[in-house]
Amino acid sequence: MAASEKSTIERVRATLARRNRAERRFKNFGRAAVLVGLVFLVLMFVNIILTGYSAFWQTFVKLPVHFDAQVIDPGGAGDPETLGSADYGALVKTSVRSLFPEVSGRRHRRDLGQLVSRGTVFQLRRMVLEDPSLVGSRAEVWVPADDDYDMLHKGNVDRTLPEADRRLSDRQIGWFDRLADDGRVESRFSATFFTAGDSREPELAGIRGAAMGSFFTLAVTLLLSFPLGVATSVYLEEFAPRNRVTALIEVNINNLAAVPSIVFGLLGLAVFINLFGLPRSAPLVGGLVLTLMTLPTIIIAGRAALKSVPPSIREAALGVGASKLQMIVHHVLPLAMPGMLTGTIIGMARALGETAPLLMIGMVAFVVDVPQSVTDAATALPVQIFLWLDSPERAFVERASAAIMVLLAFLVAMNALAIVLRRRFERRW
Amino acid sequence: MADQPGAAVMEAGALEFRGAEVDLVDERRESRETVGTPFIDDPRMSCRDVNVYYSDNHAIKNVSLDIGREQVLAMIGPSGCGKSTFLRALNRMNDTIDGCRMTGEIKLDGNDIYAKDMDVVPLRALVGMVFQKPNPFPKSIFDNIAYGVRIHGLAESKSEIEGIVEHSLKRAGLWEEVNDRLHQPGTGLSGGQQQRLCIARTIAVSPEVILMDEPCSALDPIATARVEDLINELGQDYTIAIVTHSMQQAARVSQRTAYFHLGDLLEVGPTDQIFTNPIHPLTEDYITGRFG
Ligand SMILES: Nc1ncnc2c1ncn2[C@@H]1O[C@H](COP(=O)(O)OP(=O)(O)OP(=O)(O)O)[C@@H](O)[C@H]1O
Ligand SMILES: [Mg+2]
Repeated sequence: MAASEKSTIERVRATLARRNRAERRFKNFGRAAVLVGLVFLVLMFVNIILTGYSAFWQTFVKLPVHFDAQVIDPGGAGDPETLGSADYGALVKTSVRSLFPEVSGRRHRRDLGQLVSRGTVFQLRRMVLEDPSLVGSRAEVWVPADDDYDMLHKGNVDRTLPEADRRLSDRQIGWFDRLADDGRVESRFSATFFTAGDSREPELAGIRGAAMGSFFTLAVTLLLSFPLGVATSVYLEEFAPRNRVTALIEVNINNLAAVPSIVFGLLGLAVFINLFGLPRSAPLVGGLVLTLMTLPTIIIAGRAALKSVPPSIREAALGVGASKLQMIVHHVLPLAMPGMLTGTIIGMARALGETAPLLMIGMVAFVVDVPQSVTDAATALPVQIFLWLDSPERAFVERASAAIMVLLAFLVAMNALAIVLRRRFERRW
Repeated sequence: MADQPGAAVMEAGALEFRGAEVDLVDERRESRETVGTPFIDDPRMSCRDVNVYYSDNHAIKNVSLDIGREQVLAMIGPSGCGKSTFLRALNRMNDTIDGCRMTGEIKLDGNDIYAKDMDVVPLRALVGMVFQKPNPFPKSIFDNIAYGVRIHGLAESKSEIEGIVEHSLKRAGLWEEVNDRLHQPGTGLSGGQQQRLCIARTIAVSPEVILMDEPCSALDPIATARVEDLINELGQDYTIAIVTHSMQQAARVSQRTAYFHLGDLLEVGPTDQIFTNPIHPLTEDYITGRFG
């Protein structure tokens, strides 16, 4: 009986090496998992930033513009209406042609006109309306280049491709190179991406419309789902009698959390738009739909948080004569709040990235104007990304990447806010 | 319930040498009737035929007992016999436990505390409780004590609250240790300090009846003496029911003692008589250390 002669400490020692090895192995697995996650995160960020950062830069072309009085204001009256309705397109055409006087033929001349962005027309009009004394003068004006030339300048066009496979012909590239050689081309930081709504022209398209749409939608979602979710979880967890009805409700809430989001869109279409007559494409309806989608998540997280509050705290409060509501508000809710906030943030983050339910209520649309309120037509960030990625223009791809950066910034901001709030409540004494 | 006859048989075997006496003792030992003086004149609280069930577990069986005015009642008995359960029935803390049912009648000053129109909030303000496990709020020491005062509106001004906090801490024997860190977390105190904090919290709302569930189980002899002094002092004006595992403590602080055994109340009587001359054989076994 050799085994019985071994002392306890010897037996413990015998297993010790194995136990320590298991622990080391587990730690290494964990480190490897974290590392893999980090690598992919970095790859994703690098990729997005590399493709997207150029959206904040725009190629500009210097045009010699003659604000011809004959074209803008033949009568010389100078009233804003005449100035506003003048044919600025003609000014642009004349000025581009003046740079390339040798170009002839209708088709080539038309191509020439497309060297600069269509927004140039509005830019010149705005300049004249702001300063009518420009009429009759000549000026060098920096205007955005068309997106194809922008891509060319940013090096996103492969010049070695056969001409037929490119959006720009050799001749067009030649024009642009000549402008560049003349010092008439410059890449500048452009705030357009942050200030403009969507546009058919990539160089004029911005994220502001979608960002505001997302902001309004999420604001509605948060304002509705957080109080509703907290109230529901408190009622179900603390007040509701435990019977068949509440058991049924509980099962259904758990089911709702797993319902595909597009179903909520269908519900929103049927109820909010068709039944209540709320406007289509509005962040208000989007917010309502996303509230329905987020609520189960918040309720489930809220109930779990309430359950985890130690019963001794409840007894202590009741023991000194607190009413049930006082017990909940003074003691249980503060302790449950971090968990509830976590659930809310998870729900909101999911809502922020959601496109499918918005599809049904018309928030997947081409909306040029930046929404000013929750009832204006709007899209949301993920929808905008989807729409841009779906466009044929190469320039929209960089815009989409930049939009993803904005979306991620939104997410990071929301998470940061959640961490700050959680810290405040988590001072667990 | 199933183990009772078994236990009795074993005890009977041990007593066999007493010969003729055995039958008589056996019969008395089997009895689960309350002996002694459970009823008194003009009680503060009176309990009649109280039964408490946790789902199927019959934790308190037909207990009838009076608790006197300006008196300390000690409850003793082996672990798991239902002392805490009975104590918690006295201010309806058992209401908060799922599946806990109660039958019978408990009156405070002649009013049925389980009556339909009885509000538990004033009841619990009147009948305060110190729990078996210290359970301070995760708030500052000051707020722990001020909380009850604030919610019941017992103080007009901030300085009045501060006065109550100081007074309560002093009576609980904690003031010296914490007066320089009143705004630090109550959960950061040691176990014994937490228990005294909970005592201070309870007496801060000046309840008229105080229920204490083993208030000294985590205290050193000095703090225990301090709390016992407090109980003696409070016992002059208030009604106190205290659960304790220390016979000496029961002897030092109480005027009456009740002995619980597996859910039954076996014996109630004046403390000195219970400890010197118990009637029920099981009480005698317990206080002489032969049981539990
Ligand atoms: N919350 C509960 N749910 C179910 N059963 C319980 C609960 N609390 C106590 N019991 C049961 O009721 C019986 C009496 O318990 P109680 O806590 O009153 O004993 P006690 O006399 O206070 O014991 P101790 O001296 O160890 O504190 C025990 O059998 C216990 O298992
Ligand atoms: Mg107990």
